[in-house]
Parts: sequence; C-alpha cells; structure tokens
Amino acid sequence: MKTFKNLRVILIMTLLVAVLSACGSKSNSNNESSSNSGASPSANESGKVPDPIELLNVSYDPTRELYEEFNKSFALYWKEKTGGKITIKQSHGGSGKQARSVIDGLPADVVTLALGYDIDAIAEKGQLKADWQKSFEQNSTPYTSTIVFLVRKGNPKGIKDWGDLIKEGTQVITPNPKTSGGARWNYLAAWGYATKTLGYDEPQTLDFIKKLFNNVPVLDTGARGSTATFVEKGIGDVLLAWENEAYLAIKEFGDKFEIVTPSISILAEPPVAIVDKNVDKKGTRAAAEEYLKYLYTEQGQEIAAKNFYRPRLQSVVDKYKDQFAELNLLTIDDDFGGWKEAQAKHFSDGGTFDQIYKPGS
Amino acid sequence: MTLLRKKDRVLPGLSITLGFSVLYLSLIVLIPLAALVIKSADLSPSEWWDTVSDPRVVASYRLSLTTAFFAALVNLVFGLLLAWVLVRYKFPGKRIVDGLIDLPFALPTAVAGIALTTIYAPKGWVGSLLEPLGVKVAYTPIGITLALIFIGIPFVVRTVQPILQDMESDMEEAAVLLGSYRARTFFKIILPDLIPPLLTGFALAFARGIGEYGSVVFISGNMPMKTEIAPLLIITKLEQYQYGEAAAVAVVLLLISFVLLLLINVLQRWSNRRLRSVKGG
Repeated sequence: MKTFKNLRVILIMTLLVAVLSACGSKSNSNNESSSNSGASPSANESGKVPDPIELLNVSYDPTRELYEEFNKSFALYWKEKTGGKITIKQSHGGSGKQARSVIDGLPADVVTLALGYDIDAIAEKGQLKADWQKSFEQNSTPYTSTIVFLVRKGNPKGIKDWGDLIKEGTQVITPNPKTSGGARWNYLAAWGYATKTLGYDEPQTLDFIKKLFNNVPVLDTGARGSTATFVEKGIGDVLLAWENEAYLAIKEFGDKFEIVTPSISILAEPPVAIVDKNVDKKGTRAAAEEYLKYLYTEQGQEIAAKNFYRPRLQSVVDKYKDQFAELNLLTIDDDFGGWKEAQAKHFSDGGTFDQIYKPGS
Repeated sequence: MTLLRKKDRVLPGLSITLGFSVLYLSLIVLIPLAALVIKSADLSPSEWWDTVSDPRVVASYRLSLTTAFFAALVNLVFGLLLAWVLVRYKFPGKRIVDGLIDLPFALPTAVAGIALTTIYAPKGWVGSLLEPLGVKVAYTPIGITLALIFIGIPFVVRTVQPILQDMESDMEEAAVLLGSYRARTFFKIILPDLIPPLLTGFALAFARGIGEYGSVVFISGNMPMKTEIAPLLIITKLEQYQYGEAAAVAVVLLLISFVLLLLINVLQRWSNRRLRSVKGG
C-alpha cells in the first residue's frame, strides 16, 4: 500500500511539472522571435552587435539561385570590409506564405518578396515602418523583371502577343493570382495590354481577360508549379512566366522551348526591406542594411543580371542589354495606382478575377 | 476485469487519468479548435454568412465532400479485399505487400500528388492511354478522387485486418459443412462481424479526404467552381491575409464533417448492438 502512495505522489508531481512546462511554453510561443534572439538582449541595448552575425533572408520561390550566389559574394565582401564573419540563411516559399510567417514570428532580418503588397501586410502589423519602400533606392527594388511567354520550340500556335492567347484552342498556363504573387503580375500585364488596345473600355477589357482565363486548363498555386505543368507535364501551348523563370527553363531544356516577348508587359518590381523590429532586437541592423545595399553595387547587380533579373545600374544594364529585350513596360504605380488599389480592384474577393468565375458566366 | 479491485488498476485512479486526458485533449485539440472558431468571430454575422454561402465556396464544399465520399467508398471495397488477401492467404512477398499498405501514410502528400499527376496527366504514362478513350483523370474530379483513394487506403485495411485475423474459421467451416453457399457464408457469417471496423475505416478515410490538401492541389487543376477543393479556398483566403474568412470556411467544413462522422458513429453503434443481439440470441 505504501509503495502505491509513493507512486501516486510521484505521478502527481510529474503531472504538475508537465502542466507547468506546457503553460510556460504556451506563454512563450506568442513572442517566439524574442526567445530565439533572446540570447543577447542586453548586448543589443548597449549597442553591441552579436558575433558572429547571422542574417535571415525570407524570400519567395524563384530567387533561390539568385541568393545562393549573392550570399556567398556578400560574405566575402563583409569579411574584407569588417574582418568579421557573417552567415546568411535563406528561406523560400510562396510570397504570401512567407509574409505570413514573418507576421507570425519568423525572425527575418530582411524580406525580399515578390510584391510590395506582401511587405505592406507585414508593415501593417507594425514590424516595419509604413514607408519602408522609401528606405532604399529605386522604390527599394534593386532588380526588376517582367512577364514573358514561354512557348514550345518552333512556336506551333504562332503566338506573338497577348491577343493570340484568347484564340480558341490555345491553352494558356498561369498560376492562380489569388495564391501566387507572380501570377498577379501576369494578370495585370494582360489587363494592361487589353486596356490599351481596346481603348480603355473596362467591360471589353474584362471580357478579354475572361476569354484568356477560359483558355487556362490548370491553375497551379505557385509559379514553380506552373512551370512544371508546362515544361515537365507537357500541358498547354504557352506559359506566362517571370522572365527569369523563362530563362531558367531555356537554360535547362534549351532545345524544347523559346521565349516570346509581347509588345506590352509590366515592370515587375520585387522589393526588399529590413524588418525593423527583428533587427533592433537582434542588433543586426547595420549588417542588414549593408546586405541590401550590396544588392545595388556593381557586384550585386552583376549577380542579379546573371540570374536573369533586370539590373538597375546603368553600367550593368549596358553589359547585359542583349539578354533583355526592350519592350513597353507598364508600372504598378503609374498604370494601376499602386498595390493597394490593384489588389482591391482585381484580386480581393469579388474583384475582377473572381468575376471571371461567377456562376453562369 | 472483476478480479482486480478498483484500487489495484495498473494506472492510478480515475481522477488523475481523467484530469490528464482532459488537459491533454484541451491543449492538443480543443484549444486550437476554439481558436479557429474565435478567429471566425472576427466577422460580423452578415459577413460570415456571405463568406460561407458564396457560390464558389459552396461548390468547393460539394466537391470536397463528394470526392472524399466516393474515394472512401472505393477504399471500403478494395481495402476489404486487400485485407482479406493479406490475412487469409500465404504467398511470396506477402510481408512486402503488407508493408506497402502503410506507405501512403509516410509519403509527403505533395510527393504523392506530383507523382500521380505526372502519371495521369494527358501526356503521362497512363493518362496518354486513357486520353484516346475520352477519359480525363488529371485536372478533373476523377483525379481528385484518385488522390484521395491513394491517401485513404491504409485506413480501411488497417482497421479491418486485426478483426479478420481474430476471426476464427470454425464458423465458416461449420456454415460450409451445413451446406451454406459461398456467397451466403460470406454475407451471413463473415460480413456482419466486419461491418463495424469497415465503418470505422470508411469514416477515417472520408474525414482524411475532406481535409486533404497536398496531394490534391497538383492533380485537381484548381479551377474555380469545377475542381477547386475547400482546403484550397481556405489557403487562398489566408494568402490574402483574410484570417477571419478562412476560419469561417474552415469552421463550416468542420461542422459538416463532424455531423457526418457522428452519423457514421451512430450507424456503427447500431450495427454493433444488432450484431450482439443476433449473436446472443
């Protein structure tokens, strides 16, 4: 009987400990970022920098190759400049999902996402200042891209411009603008073309877009998924793609595809920003700033261009001008009134994209 | 059971074990589910209703529920067959086949989805053979059902298998000796015992299918109103930072599933009781 009593006491104790630790970890989970960087809070307050420095760059899918190369180059540059060691961790995924992770506490030092809209969403939660886009040159967009067509070798359907995409029997592959940042650029580029060629008539423009999306047999959730559908599964006649994704596909399977540049497209600006709250907590602001500034230097721009992103620096632009066809580029700010307006009009629930799929239409 | 006095149970008394169960269930299941409901309460009642009654959302519920139902039905029949073969026959490689059954549990669902899509896409191995016959699998509800069959198969096999194993063949032999036909033996002697585990397996596969995301998004084509599953719509809303709307859709999906599972449970109890009264009498 006595052993039973002892056992009972032990069990109760264990249970209490379990409960307490469960409660403890629960109250911690709300500010996970602080517990991660909590190693040196006092060091930060006295202005010291952690050593060695570690940065986390939270980015979207197609920049994987770009940042692998860029981070190596930056680490060398940092060592030369300060003599210190810096390591940069990368995180990739759909742009919106990445932004949500940062909102929910992923301790990103910098974010390099597909759309300003996604960074705005983080800013709304107070993790960085509202006018973040003014922090760096060129709208905080060190490299740009655009939307082009990838077609099968020989262009059997004779696709030259957006107008060819609404022909009957042409299959267009694009991801879903509701789940993919890249797809929103696709959609807006098509919208911009239709607006200009149809004399700024909104119902006609909507009709054009509706016809285009009626030719879409599969809506993948992300840009990489669409590329796989087109390239590997052999579905569709034309893929609407980021220019850099199209080039990557050509690089990989050069003999099977070709790039068609439409007459009008959009200047896709994937911006970068420092996550103020996290860098201040970790004491990594200086390094994070230097990291993003390095994107604008000759070396950074060269790496961007090599990875098929359009550089901003004139000397690098000149060097790579054969790689990037010149075309008429719309911009989100001038032609669509910025991301807030574009999002509300086209992609929010009940927006133009949803109207395409209204029942009975 | 009655040989053990109440005090001498292996685990300590009811108050502690029950306390632990409630706490554990709360932390793991109830609190997260409550958070979901609370999140959906961010919306005003009219917003809430507009979100969950949107034609596109309703279409996605219908699609998710029907494909999960048919997939579970297919698994019910073929899962039983698989379990039967594994229990009643000896053949070379039996252990390997038995091990294969669990693989859909272990495989990341996205990998399964991509593999199935590659094979059943119009230009894939199987898809290219079906295309001339006018059968389209990938990017149709058939493809979704296929993915759900794949992820659901272990549920039925693994719930039926142990019951089948315990079943003694005496009764079958007796039935046959007494001149019963094969079919009669199966339906009168074997099947009644299997109905409760079959229903459990069906319910598990069905529930899993309703919420399945990873393996389906690749093969479904995600076309609004046609092949857009409810979990994808939830993700879509999250992607637009509409946490309230996403939670509302999820809550409705949970409610529907809960009612359906409850029905299956009632059915199971009923068949259990009937079985006992038949056996008893």
